[in-house]
Formats: sequence, C-alpha cells, structure tokens
Amino acid sequence: MSGPNFSNSVVRWIDHRLPVFTFMHHEMHEYPTPKNLNYWWNFGSLAGIVLVILIVTGIVLAMHYTPHVDYAFQSVERIMRDVNYGWLIRYIHANGASFFFIVVYIHIFRGMYYGSYKAPRELLWILGVVILLLMMATAFMGYVLPWGQMSFWGATVITNLFSVIPIVGDWIVTLLWGGFSVDNPTLNRFFSLHFLLPFVIVGVVVLHIVALHRFGSNNPLGIDVRGKQDSIPFHPYYTIKDMFGLGVFLTIFAAVVFFLPNAMGHADNYIPANPLVTPAHIVPEWYFLPFYAILRAIPDKLMGVLAMFAAIGVLFILPWLDRSPIRSGTFRPLFKIFFWLLLADCVMLTYLGGKPPEGVYVILSRLGTLYYFFHFLILLPGLSIFETPKPLPRSISQPVLGSGAGPVTAEKENS
Amino acid sequence: MAETQDGATRRDFIHVASGTMGAVGAACVAWPLIHQMNPAADTLALASTEFDLSGVEEGMTVTIVWRGKPVFVRHRTAKEIEEAAAVDVNELRDPQADSDRTTKPAMLILVGVCTHLGCVPLGQKATDPRGDWGGWFCPCHGSHYDTSGRIRKGPAPANLQVPPHEYISDTVVRIG
Repeated sequence: MSGPNFSNSVVRWIDHRLPVFTFMHHEMHEYPTPKNLNYWWNFGSLAGIVLVILIVTGIVLAMHYTPHVDYAFQSVERIMRDVNYGWLIRYIHANGASFFFIVVYIHIFRGMYYGSYKAPRELLWILGVVILLLMMATAFMGYVLPWGQMSFWGATVITNLFSVIPIVGDWIVTLLWGGFSVDNPTLNRFFSLHFLLPFVIVGVVVLHIVALHRFGSNNPLGIDVRGKQDSIPFHPYYTIKDMFGLGVFLTIFAAVVFFLPNAMGHADNYIPANPLVTPAHIVPEWYFLPFYAILRAIPDKLMGVLAMFAAIGVLFILPWLDRSPIRSGTFRPLFKIFFWLLLADCVMLTYLGGKPPEGVYVILSRLGTLYYFFHFLILLPGLSIFETPKPLPRSISQPVLGSGAGPVTAEKENS
Repeated sequence: MAETQDGATRRDFIHVASGTMGAVGAACVAWPLIHQMNPAADTLALASTEFDLSGVEEGMTVTIVWRGKPVFVRHRTAKEIEEAAAVDVNELRDPQADSDRTTKPAMLILVGVCTHLGCVPLGQKATDPRGDWGGWFCPCHGSHYDTSGRIRKGPAPANLQVPPHEYISDTVVRIG
C-alpha cells in the first residue's frame, strides 16, 4: 500500500505497524467529496457530534442516578440541586435528545429531497432508518428514568402497545414489565437498555459511514461525480464547513439549555410517579407526536398500532417506492411540490399529536395520516411514471462554470 | 498571501487564534464534566457531626461515624494518659506530643483509619488485640499504635489522624 508520507517520525513508526494515520488520511483527506454540497449536508456530522455529547453527559448522569422506584426521582432532583454542575449536565442531556431528533429529522428530509436513498445508496438509507428506530427506543426509555408522572404513564402506554399482538401480546407486555404493571423491574431494565442502546447506535453509525464512503456523498444536483474536477478533499474543505455549522448549532443549543431548558419538556414530569393517578392530558415528547397522531387517528387498537409502526416501516422500502431515476428534487417539478406538502403534513401531524383527541383534531389527524401513506405508497410510484423531469446538467462543474465548462478550469479555481 | 518579515502569514495567525479559542472552549466544557465527580452539596452538608460525650465513662471506647469513616473516642484511664505522655517524642516515627493530640487529656478523638492503606485498626472492643503499646492494632499489615494513637511499629507512616474538633459545650463535641 502506498500510503501518505508523514513528516513526523513517531507517526511514521506507529503508522507502519498500525496504519491508523493512513486510514484517517484516506478517509478524510483523500476522500473525494462533491464540491457543491450545501449546508443541508452539515446535519450528518452534526448528528454524530450530538450523539457523542449525549453519550458523554449520559455516562456522567449514570454516576449519580439511582434506578430504583423509591430513589430515581430524588436522585434526579439531587443531580439538579446538589451535584456540581448537575443541572447543566442534565439539561444538556435532556435537550440534547430533542436536538438529536431535530438534526436527524432535517438529515432525513434532506435525504428525501435530494433522493439520497436511491441506488447505490439503498443500504445507507436503510441503516439510517435503523438508527432512527434505535434512537426512538433509547429516547423513550431515557424519558422513563426520572420516574415522574409522564415517565410512568408514557412507559405504561407505550409498553401496552405490544398488547395488540395477537395471542402472545399480553405475555410480551408482562415480559417487558417484569411484573403485573410498570414497576421497579421495568425501571431497572430500561436503565440497563438505555445505557446499552447508544453504543449499538454508534455501531450502526459506523456501518452507515462505511456504506457512505463506498460511493461518497450524494449532492444537491443528484448526479454522480465524474472526475477530479467535480470533487474536493473532505479535509479541510468540509471539516471547516462542518465546524462552522457546529458553531451555529451550539449557539442555538446553548441558548435553549441555558434560557429555555424546560421548553420542550412537560411540567407533569416534575411530579413523582403515581401508579394510581393518570395525568389529565398525557402526550409523548414532541419528536414522537406525528406517530402518536397517526396512532390516535385510527379508531381500532390493532390497526392504530400497525399504522404507527408502518409510518416508519414505509421508510425502509422508500428506495423501491420512488422509482424515478432522477435523484435531486431540483429537477423534479412535481415531486418538489409534493415533498413540501409531505413536510407540511408531518408538521401538522406533530401539532395534532399534541392536541386532545377530539373534534376537528381527530378529523385532521385522519386526513394527515391518509396523506402520509398516500404520498409514499401511491404518489411516489406514480410520479416516477408521469413526471417529466427537467434536463440534468452534464456535470457538477457545469452549472458553476457555465455551459462550456470542461475539466481543465478546475485547477485554476482551487489555487 | 500577506507575509510579515519573519515569514508568518495572516493565515498562521488565524490558525493559532482559532486553535487557542478552541482549547479555551474545550477546557470550559471539560471542567463541569470533571467537577461533577467532586463531593456534591448534600455530601458537603454532612461534613460535620456532633456527639455527646457524657455517656462515655472512663475506660470506655466508642466508634462514631464522620464523613463515612469511623471516629474512635476513648475515655482514657490515668494510666493510659501517663504512658502516652511519658514517651520521648524524638523516638517516634511521627513525632508528636500527646498534649498536642487532645483538647481534653482524658478524651482521645481519632480518625479510625490506619495511615498505611486505610483499614480500620482493632482495639475498640475489650476483647480486641491492642498491639504492643496498648492502643490499637491494625490486622491488615500489622501496624501498632499507642494509647495516643501514634504509630510505634509496622508499615504505617504516620499517627492516627486527629480530626478537627471543638467542644461546643462541656460534653458535646463537634467533629469537622
């Protein structure tokens, strides 16, 4: 292997025996990245950084938390009041979970708009959906740990979802609980799994990146990199762009952590869990609301649960539902309109999931649910037949450098 | 690119400046993550304890808990005080006069943790071995302490520690 020539002799010595520096050089510096990526491409690395923040603060919180029904709530309050900077670390962790979902949802919609799930990146996309599912499980179990009213009743409602499974449903629910209701055994296993799953996510993220680096990033034009003139090294060009985006993100994140730390939480979760009284209005965390709206939209227990899981399940087969060979929405005039409609539909479902299930909210939830599945199951396969895409540029360089742009001009531009 | 006389460029300045800012930021973030491991406010709030000595008769020893550690209180007999005071301080490994180790000569108050590797020495119960000098004996690695809690033989480097304490009345002592 003809690796890079490192000037530091210690680096050379290590690299000869353990080629980590060659690996980093190859994956960062030599890794060719399309030169036209816009800021929507920041959210992948941003998600990775937020995951690290969550793991670090989570390990710290686990040093002070007691997973027992009699002590969990108090131990969280102790973290807030007595542990040095405990309030800061917990607020970073709790809001970090919300921001993780914000970042990942933007990342997902980016992928949808620019057709990043299309061949040859289907597995990359599917691994991403697996990460989303793992995130949801982890976030749900993490929310149970403070053992407030919302923790307890959230755990009760979500675990009861599994009771719809025919024949073995009740058996599975008992298995999840480790008793006859959500109780100490449930809290203990949720703590154990909440600690484990983030590391499983890290593992899937590694696979996600391996799959990404096989063909490199998609780009806003959705056409393949045709040669050196279309790409720039990831480092330093995109590392510095990612750093700038990170700075903007951290500014917003810090503003919420310091000034609005409970804006995305529920006041009821500062009431200790009471198995005898359900809060009047129970809602999940905001990032589950669209799925919660779909669950409640369907007036049948089994069908509601199935629809909710199908709302994520449909993402797994998205690469085969959208059969248009054009990746980027920029060149698909009809798809573009429906993409924004889908986004609006998801925002509406998020809003409706937080409203009580009555009157007009139920009707709108049903329409929203219907449109969600209509988009994926009927519209996308249909569009790939009926839509006339705009002409694609010949290369990534062409729209930048004008119609006659050839490969030679790229050298001049970089110097 | 603009260069100064010694070859440094504006870009070098930006690299150093941004690197420095990054290091300062990283340190600011690291500190809360490290400091959270220090004793929390509720732990510090329990840092002192009060104890009523009126029930401790001459010749009695009691063990109380202070900061999670045993504290030995021995109401010494006249003979024990005399033995402790008679020692030539210069012969000791950790020279300290008995009078410097007590507030009231009869009441010896010690942290009951061996200064070698942290075991609790024996000698609180009448049936315990008290070592060759009639004080305490640490069974872990064989350190002998005298009736003033000073190290006399064995691997321990220093005398049993005297906790900071003061009498807030005739009989009540506050430790810590």
